[in-house]
Amino acid sequence: MNNTCVLVTCPMFTYLEQELETRFNLFKLWDHSSSKAEFFNNYSSSIKAVVGNTKVGADAKLIDSLPNLEIVASYSVGLDKIDLDKCKQRGIKVTNTPDVLTDDVADLAIGLALAVLRKVCVCDQFVRSGNWINGDFGLATKFSGKSVGIVGLGRIGSAIAKRAEAFQCPISYHSRSKKPNTNYKYYLNIVDLAANCEILVVACALTEETHHIVNRKVIDALGPKGFLINIARGAHVDEPELVSALLEGRLGGAGLDVFENEPEPPEQLFALDNVVLVPHVGSDTGETSKAMADLVISNLEAHFKGKPLLTPVI
Amino acid sequence: MENHQERSDHRSQDLPQVLVIKPPPVLTLFEDKFISSKFQLLKAWESTLPLDQFLTNYAGSVRAVLCSGASPITADIIRLLPSLQLVITASAGVNHIDLTECRRLGIAVTNAAGVFSDDGADAAVGLLIDVLRKVSAADRYVRNGLWPVKGDYALGSKLGGKRVGVVGLGGFGSAVAKRLEAFGCTVLYNSRTQKPSVPYPFYSTVLELAADSDSLIICCGLTAETRHMINREVLLALGKQGVIVNIARGAIINEKEMVECLVRGEIGGAGLDVFENEPNVPEELFGLDNVVLSPHRVVFTPESFVAASELVVGNLEAFFSNKPLLSPVIYE
Repeated sequence: MNNTCVLVTCPMFTYLEQELETRFNLFKLWDHSSSKAEFFNNYSSSIKAVVGNTKVGADAKLIDSLPNLEIVASYSVGLDKIDLDKCKQRGIKVTNTPDVLTDDVADLAIGLALAVLRKVCVCDQFVRSGNWINGDFGLATKFSGKSVGIVGLGRIGSAIAKRAEAFQCPISYHSRSKKPNTNYKYYLNIVDLAANCEILVVACALTEETHHIVNRKVIDALGPKGFLINIARGAHVDEPELVSALLEGRLGGAGLDVFENEPEPPEQLFALDNVVLVPHVGSDTGETSKAMADLVISNLEAHFKGKPLLTPVI
Repeated sequence: MENHQERSDHRSQDLPQVLVIKPPPVLTLFEDKFISSKFQLLKAWESTLPLDQFLTNYAGSVRAVLCSGASPITADIIRLLPSLQLVITASAGVNHIDLTECRRLGIAVTNAAGVFSDDGADAAVGLLIDVLRKVSAADRYVRNGLWPVKGDYALGSKLGGKRVGVVGLGGFGSAVAKRLEAFGCTVLYNSRTQKPSVPYPFYSTVLELAADSDSLIICCGLTAETRHMINREVLLALGKQGVIVNIARGAIINEKEMVECLVRGEIGGAGLDVFENEPNVPEELFGLDNVVLSPHRVVFTPESFVAASELVVGNLEAFFSNKPLLSPVIYE
């Protein structure tokens, strides 16, 4: 067994932990939660790599406490839980897991849109509770042909657009700058995008600029016949504004995979028929979890063998 | 004598009558679309007379009947309508019409196939994604407050790269196939006959299709040949990870055998909009998280219903103007 010390920040995926254990001297941060000071005293200068994810990444505090840290390999594509500036300062490498999860996240975005508009979950509950015997269900909302506005036309945003096009949905988007090779309609202002689409999908990275990018103005522009789908980060949306818009009928509905305060989504949404709530499962398939784990392992192995990183961020 | 023209004063007694035995959902929800200068409705369900007697008394000169699954057009009904020349259904399916008898008597039949394809396909894809990615089950998990207590939900299965077998490549099947391609699925199909201009591999039996597929989507019509076509043998060929989605007719699947396979874990899951004995659904399914159930609603959107009502009225007006029907069912 390799003596290189690697710290994993929270339980992520058993397969990943097992693979790390066979290759490295693995430390699990949550095993030492009652004796953190002692743990860091003893081991902090040995740890050369951190594996983090969307729940617990590598913030300034953690990085500062690991003087010999060489690489942060994130089991995610999102980098919002990593202090990238600090890593740059210290010359610490960072890798993530792009591409391997693009399909699953895009599939879920469309799945959530279909579930909300076509009331798939509500219908399922209607049948399970035995209510069909008592009378028919009403009408749902058609999905095909609805205009889809995408916030962030990166890998995931483009994959969502490609799928929505197969349903004849006209596609428009907002991003920092216009993308050269697309025919989709571009909106410099996200409020204009929201005003001109029926289904708004958040698919951009979380940065200081995109924090609460979906605010009251955007929600109002989307309106009582509009739907919000969020598979990006909870913090992209002003959640209290979203909740009151849904409760007051100012927004048509929402499909949400992410929330500002996971794992506790706003309970006021639990009784609503026009929302679908899933627990941050965007990339949670057996196939993709394994691919992500393999990519984390490959990046770490490449680093410690002095080879080029597969998916470096910095 | 009962008054069947109490609705609208301006309706002429001379307008030909269209018999409606029981109102199809599209008529119940969009009745105002069925007001026409070319015909009026003869609403059998509003009478207290038994149907046989009503038809004998009032439907002798009726040339057209508007039907749906709830009011099948059997040989017995046809016998009571000596002037019948046209059967219109507001559905895509025609399994509730005795086509043999209609053909024998030269009675034309129209359906509403084309207008429902998009919604039907959307629902099929929605059900498939839901089963594979556990959307409804995860939604229940969150609403029951289990996320903070039990942690991450179980992993689902990736849709991309799956081999999806489409059973019946008509309007619905083609629309489903086109959508699945965008998700990176490999589409395979079985149909009565191979379609020459179609890029997907053809399988001459459902059993062979199931053996080579990760999922099956049932999109064909219900006929004597397709009744119980999906049985235990086919489901076992689909396999333990296999998912079946049915947006067509419940009786295409041997429901008892499918329920057994699901309960025993012999197939991976199911998304079902239709059942053999609606609105009754086998209760064993209610406790399964790998099943998503829908109350025969896959085409129930306002857009589809408006389009269907326009098609029905269009066919009726064409018929009464001696013009070609818009969507005749071609006998094969």
